[in-house]
Amino acid sequence: MLKQISVLIRKELTLEWRQKFALNGILLYVVSAVFITYLSFGARSGALSIPTWNSLYWIIILFSAVNAVAKSFVQEHQGRQLYYYMIASPEAIILSKIIYNTGLTLILALLGYGVFSMILGNPVQDHGLFLLNLILGAMGFSASLTMVSGIASKAGNNATLMAILSFPVIIPILLMAIRISKNALDGLDWSVSGDKLLSLLAINAIVGATAYILFPYLWRS
Amino acid sequence: MRQNWWKILGVALLLYTLIAGLLMDVPRLPILNETIRALHFHVTMWFGMILLLIVSVYYSVKFLRTNDLNYDDLAVEFANIAIVFGVLGIATGMLWAQFAWGDYWSGDPKQNAAAIGILMYFAYLILRNSLIDNHQRARIGAIYNIFAFAAFIPLIFVLPRLTDSLHPGNGGNPGFNAYDLDSKLRMVFYPAIIGWTLFGAWIATLRVRSRRINREMEDHFLNS
Repeated sequence: MLKQISVLIRKELTLEWRQKFALNGILLYVVSAVFITYLSFGARSGALSIPTWNSLYWIIILFSAVNAVAKSFVQEHQGRQLYYYMIASPEAIILSKIIYNTGLTLILALLGYGVFSMILGNPVQDHGLFLLNLILGAMGFSASLTMVSGIASKAGNNATLMAILSFPVIIPILLMAIRISKNALDGLDWSVSGDKLLSLLAINAIVGATAYILFPYLWRS
Repeated sequence: MRQNWWKILGVALLLYTLIAGLLMDVPRLPILNETIRALHFHVTMWFGMILLLIVSVYYSVKFLRTNDLNYDDLAVEFANIAIVFGVLGIATGMLWAQFAWGDYWSGDPKQNAAAIGILMYFAYLILRNSLIDNHQRARIGAIYNIFAFAAFIPLIFVLPRLTDSLHPGNGGNPGFNAYDLDSKLRMVFYPAIIGWTLFGAWIATLRVRSRRINREMEDHFLNS
């Protein structure tokens, strides 16, 4: 199982590396989205209030993550999927995709963070908490979005479907992440965010476990 | 008759709810006053919705285990009725909020969670309609139904507890929590939950039957 997962993750990495345009495209997406918000606010660095900074940041990460993960089941065509179906267990496939997408979302989030701090200012006071929250948020985003992209790919994979299916499912994760991130921005003590971190972890676990249990049924059809 | 007792029970309980809920004496609480009667018509919608959704998820699981389309009929129709209950719950809640809080929409966490839940199940219906093949529609619909329910439960039970809600019983508002829920209110409230749920289940089973007849007729038509 572990071996299967590691081989599959390596496969994803190789694929991504060979089709660099997809990765570069999504990276450029983040940068231009941040730049558009910057221009539309007509903002000089530091002119945004902290709650606005926070919600803008997470909304941009959400949209980039949806776009980045949406392709996880369509970039390979039917024939190759059938081949994976025969050689790997569905559990290994969903876990490898979730782990890979967590990394991808994390890279997007860090890039977004970098660009944000460069042009819109960096009000974060507690970097450790902010990063921990990013990691947890990326895990949750990737678990739910990977599963939803699997569902959407079975239904003709149009972008609208991906969006309407994933947004309501992702809202609990997004809200928790935004709230913890607000605490990190304000530099509040960790004890304030402790129970929120736990609930975020619990929601991640629920979503991940459900995806793990349900994916085999989706894969078989 | 033996199979229909619960329908009669449901109707009787609803009649009782209507009469007793509207006419019986209610405790006078500040702000709430007579609007406390919304307890029997608004709060019960949510209980009914959650119960019906649990039934729907149960049948979705059964469908995935057996691949029997009859279970899918049950799952989708129970979800449909649950959505109707949800929409009614939002509508009655907004009406009530206009009088109790002075605004139709006040950004209350429970209100928001309920709206998100409704979005989730509308997405479920759209997903189902975007698939053409009966078996695939049933399978993928069932998968999303279970997945959405797993995300909905933490949403509706955990998130509202993190911030103060305007709802009675939260954040120091007077309300129908354990101390205030008068035994007289309870005498109508619990039967009302059962009554609405049974009523919803009745509508669902009727729609399941019409669905099955339609499918039979289609098959018949295709084979002839």
